[in-house]
Amino acid sequence: MFEPIDANQIQLNSDGQLKHFLTTEGLSRALLTEILDTADSFLDMSEQQVKKVPLLRGKTVANLFFENSTRTLSTFELAAKRLSADVLNLNISTSSTAKGETLRDTLMTLEAMHADMFVVRHSDSGAAHFIAKHVTPNVAVINAGDGRHAHPTQAMLDMLTIRRHKGDFAPLTVAIVGDILHSRVARSQIHALRTLGAGEVRVIAPKTLLPRHIEAFGVKVFTDMAEGLKDVDVVMMLRLQKERMNSALLPSESEFYKLYGLTEEKLAIAKPDSVVLHPGPINRGVEIATSVADGPRSLILNQVTNGIAVRMAVMSMAVSGQMVEKQNARQGDNA
Amino acid sequence: MNILISGGRLIDPANNIDQLADLYISEGRIAGIGEAPAGFVADQQIDAQGQVVCPGLIDLCAHLREPGYTQKGSIRSETRAAAAGGVTTLVTPPTTKPVVDNPAVAELIQDRAEAAGNARVLPMGALTQGLNGEQLAPLHALASSGCIAFSNGRHTVRNSLTLMRALEYAATHDLLVQFQPQDPDLTGNGSMHEDTTCTRLGLNGIPEAAETVDVSRCLLLVEQAGVRAHFGQLSCERSVKMIMDARERGLPVSCDVAIHHFLLTDANVNGFNSDFHLMPPLRSQLDRAGLRQALMAGGIQAICSDHQPHEAAAKQAPFAATEPGMIGLETLLPLSLLLVEQGLLELPQLIEKLTSAPAQILGLAQAGTLSVGAEADVCVFDPQHSWTFSADQIHSAGQNTPFLDFALKGRVTATLLGGELVHQLG
Repeated sequence: MFEPIDANQIQLNSDGQLKHFLTTEGLSRALLTEILDTADSFLDMSEQQVKKVPLLRGKTVANLFFENSTRTLSTFELAAKRLSADVLNLNISTSSTAKGETLRDTLMTLEAMHADMFVVRHSDSGAAHFIAKHVTPNVAVINAGDGRHAHPTQAMLDMLTIRRHKGDFAPLTVAIVGDILHSRVARSQIHALRTLGAGEVRVIAPKTLLPRHIEAFGVKVFTDMAEGLKDVDVVMMLRLQKERMNSALLPSESEFYKLYGLTEEKLAIAKPDSVVLHPGPINRGVEIATSVADGPRSLILNQVTNGIAVRMAVMSMAVSGQMVEKQNARQGDNA
Repeated sequence: MNILISGGRLIDPANNIDQLADLYISEGRIAGIGEAPAGFVADQQIDAQGQVVCPGLIDLCAHLREPGYTQKGSIRSETRAAAAGGVTTLVTPPTTKPVVDNPAVAELIQDRAEAAGNARVLPMGALTQGLNGEQLAPLHALASSGCIAFSNGRHTVRNSLTLMRALEYAATHDLLVQFQPQDPDLTGNGSMHEDTTCTRLGLNGIPEAAETVDVSRCLLLVEQAGVRAHFGQLSCERSVKMIMDARERGLPVSCDVAIHHFLLTDANVNGFNSDFHLMPPLRSQLDRAGLRQALMAGGIQAICSDHQPHEAAAKQAPFAATEPGMIGLETLLPLSLLLVEQGLLELPQLIEKLTSAPAQILGLAQAGTLSVGAEADVCVFDPQHSWTFSADQIHSAGQNTPFLDFALKGRVTATLLGGELVHQLG
């Protein structure tokens, strides 16, 4: 009795361009590819002497981090600065007051500062949706991670990293390993990989770390690392979120490492030219061995570099999408 | 004061009546059906041509928010909503602040309801003091002060021995116990049904077992204690099946389901609309189908609104941070009529689940019927009236409903409480 709601109703403008970036789910292959192509061009630029472009000159980007994250915050900040934007960083603790009140009040305060873009990280799934639905028109919202729901810029920097090392997605078998249940990164990766046409997407985890009906998203489910890593081209490790762990989910970190930690022996099961990704920060000896993390097949540092480019790409695309929306609205008013 | 309600389709399931007939009301009571009592002269006439005349609706669960949560609603505002929805009797849960664990609170609620004069309010008493699940509340004193049944709400009594003693004590005084079954550990900090949509949205899930495990435990203890028990606002097909089995074995148990659980599913949560944040959560398509089937098979005795008004701010946050519940008193009838339109129930069967069946569950012999001599609690509604449930028409203090601005069919045109007109569509 209610029309199904699609995130694209919120994140795309009337011309189908990105005006917010909330989730990779439901975005077209063309749009995801456009993000990667745009990021590629910024990546070339970052190797030059002058790293700045004036795409966001005169715009104000507010980084609203309700959850601590040094590295995501700093890559967003750097991305915004390389686009010549003014940047406002706000670390807002959610512990002091009721979450909902804080979010609404913060939003209203920041709107009064006339920011053009909010980059939002929040511990509640749907927080970025909530903000995108409630901001004044022409303010772009970029999701920098909401609860367990989505972390689309992380997923797209992973896609960029894969594409730069492997080229086409079609022949690839990709395994996502670890705490899928609590992972917004895994959810966004799965949607992006499926849309970009990856040959096979696998998840590998014990049942306690797998969300209900994850197979409905077009992935193959493995609970055994040796089976799951066979013939894999890309291994995407996830951080074991220690702070979210209920003790009953796993007997111990050491047992997890023994069964699901990526060691050189386990990596040997995957294809010889397979690559390893990890969103960081790494728990060495919990989900990944130091020799693998620092080894020749690890792309972990490339991911950080690519992260800046992807964030520049989605920020510039969203600002442009908002401008188009504004022009369309004006024409609508004049007509 | 004599009132004549003329020309309507009279439906009174308790007396097996479904016919075009005039209804005569005198001195606050039903005085006659079809034929005027001797010497009857109408002081007021309500033309019910093309409309249905039935007993006032009885709602087994409506939160009025008073005392304690008057930012969400008051006894006056919410009973006004009840009158607009054709509800003349409602049961209100003990989860006020302070909770209904002493006669003073029970009396305060009834006094204020009487002062408001919009509907009969039957408070449900707490099963344990402060709903703490440890110390028995004074059930006998509460019953003497008008508490119609006893419940710990969703504050599940974890200790099964404590629960069994509470049930035995209630059985001693032949009191009705109500359960809103929920295993607190399995529910955890979940905010929606654990299934594909939950996985997609990355919300914490509430598995079906969070309800069924507790239904099973409560049924076994009910059987042992020999107490009359009612299970309120069930959401899972399996829960209802367990209760159907228990009834077949002769246990004095019954259940109700909130109207929205027959219509909506967890898929509605897509898009993070907090109006769909409910407790118990909206379940799967299979559960909805199972509940609808059980309703048709007679396994669900009553339909309730589970009315829960909130102030706007309580729903303006990311999904899991919002408070669960929706308003329902004013949409109870029009939404229930969808079940008739969709062929699940005949209109008299539906009316039964909204009137005489809940009266029977509560042990109210004189309510939910149009028997001559009964209090004249009457609902008159136009089943064909199409309208939009817009904000300016809501009488409840809360506007938290996904059905806001929704096109509805069927509308209450007049509500009488003890022969007094408490609502009339202007």
